[in-house]
Amino acid sequence: MSEPDRPTPEQMLARIKSEGDVDGPDKAKRGRLKVFFGYSAGVGKTYSMLLDARSEHAAGTNVVVGYVEPHGRPETERLLEGLERLPPLEVRYRGTTLSEFDLDAALARKPELILIDELAHTNAPSLRHVKRWQDVEELLAAGINVNTTCNVQHVESLNDVVAQISGVIVRETVPDEVFNRAQELTLIDLPPEDLLERLEQGKVYVPTQAARALENFFRKENLVALRELALRRTAERVHADVQSARLGRARHDVWATRERLLVCVGPSPTSARLVRAAKRLADSLGAEWLAINVESPQAGELSAKDRGRLLAHLRLAERLGAETATVSGEDLVAETIRYAHERNVTKIVVGKSELARGWFRARQSPADRLIRVSDDIDVYVIHGTAEVVPQMNQPEQPAAAFRWWEWIATGLVLAACTIVCLVWDRVGLTEANLVMTYLLGVIFVAFRYGRGPSIVASLVAVGLFDVVFTEPYYTVVVDDTQYFLTFAVMLVAGLSIATLTARVKRQAEFAQRNERRIEALYRLGRKLTGIVGEDFIAAETERAVTEFLGGEAAVFIPRAGQLQPILDHRAKFAADPAEVAVAQWVFDHGQTAGRGTDTLPSAKALYVPLQTPGGTVGVLAVRHSDADRLLLPEFRQILENYSTQVALAIERDRLTLESDNARLQAEAERIRSTLLASISHDLRSPLAAIVGASSGLLHGETAMGEATRRELQVTIFEESDRLSRLVENILRMTQLSSPEKPTIAKEWQPVEELVASALARLGRTLSGRPVEIDLSSEILLAQVDAALVEQVLVNLLDNACRYTPADTLIEIRGWQEGRRTLLEIADHGLGLKPGDENRIFERFQRGEDARSDSRGTGLGLAICRAIMDAHGGRISARNREGGGAVFRLEFLADGPPPRDVETIEAAAEQDSASDRHRTRQ
Amino acid sequence: MAKLNEPQFSTILIIEDEPEIRRFLRASLLGNDYRVLEAATGADGLQYAKHEKPAIALLDLGLPDMDGLTVIRKLRTWSSIPIIVLSARGNEADKIKALDEGADDYLTKPFGVGELLARVRVALRRVPDQDTATDDPFVLGELYIDFGRHQVFVGENEVHLTPIEHRLLVTLVRHGGRLVTHRQLLKEVWGPDSVFETHYLRVYMAHLRRKIESSPSRPRYLLTEPGIGYRLASE
Repeated sequence: MSEPDRPTPEQMLARIKSEGDVDGPDKAKRGRLKVFFGYSAGVGKTYSMLLDARSEHAAGTNVVVGYVEPHGRPETERLLEGLERLPPLEVRYRGTTLSEFDLDAALARKPELILIDELAHTNAPSLRHVKRWQDVEELLAAGINVNTTCNVQHVESLNDVVAQISGVIVRETVPDEVFNRAQELTLIDLPPEDLLERLEQGKVYVPTQAARALENFFRKENLVALRELALRRTAERVHADVQSARLGRARHDVWATRERLLVCVGPSPTSARLVRAAKRLADSLGAEWLAINVESPQAGELSAKDRGRLLAHLRLAERLGAETATVSGEDLVAETIRYAHERNVTKIVVGKSELARGWFRARQSPADRLIRVSDDIDVYVIHGTAEVVPQMNQPEQPAAAFRWWEWIATGLVLAACTIVCLVWDRVGLTEANLVMTYLLGVIFVAFRYGRGPSIVASLVAVGLFDVVFTEPYYTVVVDDTQYFLTFAVMLVAGLSIATLTARVKRQAEFAQRNERRIEALYRLGRKLTGIVGEDFIAAETERAVTEFLGGEAAVFIPRAGQLQPILDHRAKFAADPAEVAVAQWVFDHGQTAGRGTDTLPSAKALYVPLQTPGGTVGVLAVRHSDADRLLLPEFRQILENYSTQVALAIERDRLTLESDNARLQAEAERIRSTLLASISHDLRSPLAAIVGASSGLLHGETAMGEATRRELQVTIFEESDRLSRLVENILRMTQLSSPEKPTIAKEWQPVEELVASALARLGRTLSGRPVEIDLSSEILLAQVDAALVEQVLVNLLDNACRYTPADTLIEIRGWQEGRRTLLEIADHGLGLKPGDENRIFERFQRGEDARSDSRGTGLGLAICRAIMDAHGGRISARNREGGGAVFRLEFLADGPPPRDVETIEAAAEQDSASDRHRTRQ
Repeated sequence: MAKLNEPQFSTILIIEDEPEIRRFLRASLLGNDYRVLEAATGADGLQYAKHEKPAIALLDLGLPDMDGLTVIRKLRTWSSIPIIVLSARGNEADKIKALDEGADDYLTKPFGVGELLARVRVALRRVPDQDTATDDPFVLGELYIDFGRHQVFVGENEVHLTPIEHRLLVTLVRHGGRLVTHRQLLKEVWGPDSVFETHYLRVYMAHLRRKIESSPSRPRYLLTEPGIGYRLASE
């Protein structure tokens, strides 16, 4: 039997979402937001918040007052007593000192609960965030619970409604998103009558400078309407909570398919209203929503003012929680529908005036067309009145310059046409041909110089034709009325052609611009795939961004846990610690910030996080003398594309590096395992001998003669000696194969000293063995690491002893050849198997299962080779005539040997002579 | 016969954490009429050294509670007993550090009983102070040195040494078979401000060997401690 009350995963998801843990497990420790919500100043939000805080405090919660405007009200002051208060941050701004909430102090203090008044407050310009609600977001992200206050007119989506009711436009708004994410919404209500009474008693704080403006605000009708708005907003919220609670528990509710809204935004001032309307609709449907701008060829001609407005609308939509996009295409309707289908949009919101722009040729209104082609998508047509949206600072671009040469050229073209026509006329061609000639001229002008000149050219052409070629000649008067038709046709044809060619030209330019953009992106993409190393990727990105967008660019990548600009490049701003701190913030939070945004707007550059599915890998910073240019949809899109490409390139580079490391590690692992196999092989035989001999001594004591016992003891001792040499070899091997460069200390060493210590170490092994040493009569020196070369000699001599009969001679010969020092160790045994001369040095590397009685089975010779390689020297083996093997070592000195001893001697003697001289005095 | 000159039952302090090595050292030393004190940690070792006044200390450099070098440093603040360091091959740098800190000699693990006893004997031998150095001739095998006359003989033949070579030989002889590091030798032979590097020392040693040794590659008197220094053969 299934459990009847278990919610479906979708239901669970909805519930989890409503609890604010939208972003997965890492948000589990996100702080809770509680908003004390009211319809006007003076209803007692701050008072209630403080009362609530006091009871929390009494219950043992660690409460800190982050920022509260007391407005000098004694009752508020009384409530503040006994609560820990964060000292406000004093900010100097334009000669006055502003008190602000100290975000960093709060983050450092990290209380359980912090109180922050006035969620909608706008921060002083030098602070990190533009708005206080952004501070609150950061606190919540840091896991601190926040209690705050907010009035209904500050809710972004209600902003215009409030403005309509009260006639006061409130600039300080809080995105609905922030508001909706609050876990608790507490409505602080007071009947308007009581509020007005309090106002009269002077209990409501009204900033003096705004008193006059607010006079209208505190009218009873206003207050009633605002109160209703606040109550409704709260009711909606409660309804949503109930809904979510039911979804979480109940089983029979229908899980509605998700609605998705799309709103078309343009530069028209009505668009802002449209955006808010869409937002409200989306909220009431519980739908997500998108705002798009369709960039058509015409958009290229938008005035700077229009551009600024368009941008402001898109950003408004973003603030209200929409996903925004700019799509390009010739046909607004077709592009909108295409995009809507692509994103599974269920409802489209359009404004009447919006789509009317540039559509005068369409027989139907675009809204009609949209409705006709939208199939299963609902279309909402909203007629909005214009609303003033605060605009971005958009420097006025100079109007298209009056290009006088175009007009001169137009005149010349017409003159040429007239001359040609005069010739045709002389020759006796009909007037139709002359009209054609003029049309040709008009087409030429339209094509070369655009709309204005071409329209003028058509008019002038008609005039010229009239004056010069129709009777009566050289007058404007026309005898034959049928010429009017000719004029009319000529004019219409000329104008049509002019308009058409101008449009084609614009389209071509538009296509070209798009192509350039794509081309640049493609080029960067291609270059980046060929580049290895973060530094080079960064350099290429900086170059490409600078080239395409102008200004300066810098890439920041974390190194050793700290974000830093990759190159010591021209972009000087990147070296500024304050700028690096901005980059660090962007990196940590994965959000765009800096110039032109609402976060850290005082930074010199715009900072875009480089994000990959695996997380933020770096930050791309762009500085432009015209900072707002970077926020134009077009540029922002390019920047986003670039940052995605770069992020992917960096991630690819990291993955390559990782896989390279993994391969190296695998190789090292392979060597290690063959080494281990080889070592255990070498260990086995001496161990077997020791175990055997010692057990014999322990158990067979009585039966054993003194001579046998002695023999076993000698075996144990000698095999232990062999084991110890093996261990030394392993030690050298690890020294040489350490991941860092093998540590080699080369010094000038007399060869005989090396030979002497090797012979001393092999003392027992060599006992009784004739060894002939022939080092040149001069003192033979070699530039080597004594300990390592001694090991080589020990291994070679040990080998010679092991593989030759006990009484045969071992010869050691050394000599000098220029900068080379040579040393040979020869034996009189059976020699090497033919073909083994090179193989014996690399056996262990291949891990071959060689016969245990042949040379080079173990580590010994391989280590000799490794040591000689590390010295930049050589080791070789050959068989000698008359039987036996010869091993030759060649050492190459870096420079000449040290000063001749005689000179030192002489100098020293002089020294001592003067010493003696002095002592005698 | 050399044993007769030594005080019988000298106490030897072993500071070594591995019981197997301690067992071997104890057995070898007890069997040769020494008294043995065993400490498994540096702290215990220092305690014993203070209260039992051993004649000599054998110190393992790798102890569980403190660095061997620290033990030497602490011991040297109040005691001048000979310290012989026990260390594995390949740790030349550690050995040099230990010698610089005041250790007198070292034994490279693994070592045999013979080597151990020879080192202990050398360490127990009193070092004649430079000031009280006698002019009595020195004899070791064929080698005969007459300090007063600055004369050196190998067998019947007088060997002509340069002043530096002579000083080198005499310095090694005065240390009586104890290890003398490169740095020590340079300082004592060429003076404290010596600018010579160790390879000059090696070259001089090679010259000296050619004059004294019958086979310089298998020296009888002047022994090399690779990477560390030289010593005179003890017997």
